Amino acid sequence: MNRLLLMLLTIFYLGVVHAEVPDIYDFKDPKQEARYQELTAELRCPKCQNQNIADSDAPIAADMRDEVYRMMKSGAGNEEIVDSLVARFGEFVRFKPAFNARTFLLWATPAIAVLIGLLAVAAVIIRARRRDREGAPLSDEERARAARILSGQDGRDRRTDI
Amino acid sequence: MKRILLFLPLIAAVILGVVLFAGIGKDPTRLDSALIGKPVPSFSLPALQNPEQVLDQELFQGQVTLLNVWATWCPSCRQEHPFLMWLSKTQGVRIVGLDYKDTRSDALQWFKDLGNPYEVTIFDAEGKLGFDLGVYGAPETFVIDRSGVVRYRHVGVVDEKVWKEELSPLIEKLRSDNS
Repeated sequence: MNRLLLMLLTIFYLGVVHAEVPDIYDFKDPKQEARYQELTAELRCPKCQNQNIADSDAPIAADMRDEVYRMMKSGAGNEEIVDSLVARFGEFVRFKPAFNARTFLLWATPAIAVLIGLLAVAAVIIRARRRDREGAPLSDEERARAARILSGQDGRDRRTDI
Repeated sequence: MKRILLFLPLIAAVILGVVLFAGIGKDPTRLDSALIGKPVPSFSLPALQNPEQVLDQELFQGQVTLLNVWATWCPSCRQEHPFLMWLSKTQGVRIVGLDYKDTRSDALQWFKDLGNPYEVTIFDAEGKLGFDLGVYGAPETFVIDRSGVVRYRHVGVVDEKVWKEELSPLIEKLRSDNS
């Protein structure tokens, strides 16, 4: 039993070892490593277009990771790093597009859609309220008829209409 | 008023349809180069056939040039090669090669076997200039104007269709613009 357990543990342990990606980059502290992970996760590989450069096996993604690492080492800020890659490969490599005049609609459409929805709801409510408040006003003729009915002078109307 | 409102969904659907239809048939893997309108990045790299000769961005001054990024490990480049040979022989267009992430011996053998369509070839073993140009898949072909500014990039094989429809008209235009 113990043997079996040991064997199983060994097998699982091997799995763990294999799952670990060989990390070729040296980081001074975990914070920097986290920054690197974050950056490579939000940059898009131009070759395999729906992967970020952290996940992609394309040679170009490896070059881009190298560049991110190299620039981090030389003390560049996140924005500077992303901008330098955008300058080479275009806006396309940003998974999070910058907010500017060209991307305004892209970012603002959800807010605009919600706003239009709210305006529609408000319009419906206001119209319903107004109708309630004003009631269904009777014309003079109808008022006179109502008075006749209520005072019991018009038997025919009472039978058929009420 | 109410009647018009009833047509709103139809109008919205038509607009959406037109927008989506415009996207059909577009190849999402073809990206516009970020360098269009910008000068060729500065570089200093050896020539393929003469390691002593150092080339830099001055290479692109003075005449309209096609910069073709290729490598011996790239199958599409082999497919493209005969057309480049034809271009350089018959069309009087200046083609500069950029041998990207390659070995010198392989590249020289390639010229021996298939011929050399390039006026000169930049040897970029580490892919540094390629990276600065935003090359993400060879072959890529850049059109560079007389003052060394990138005007166009074609990703993929240059063939007769690409030449006639994209590159040739642009080159003609750039030639007549500056002279």
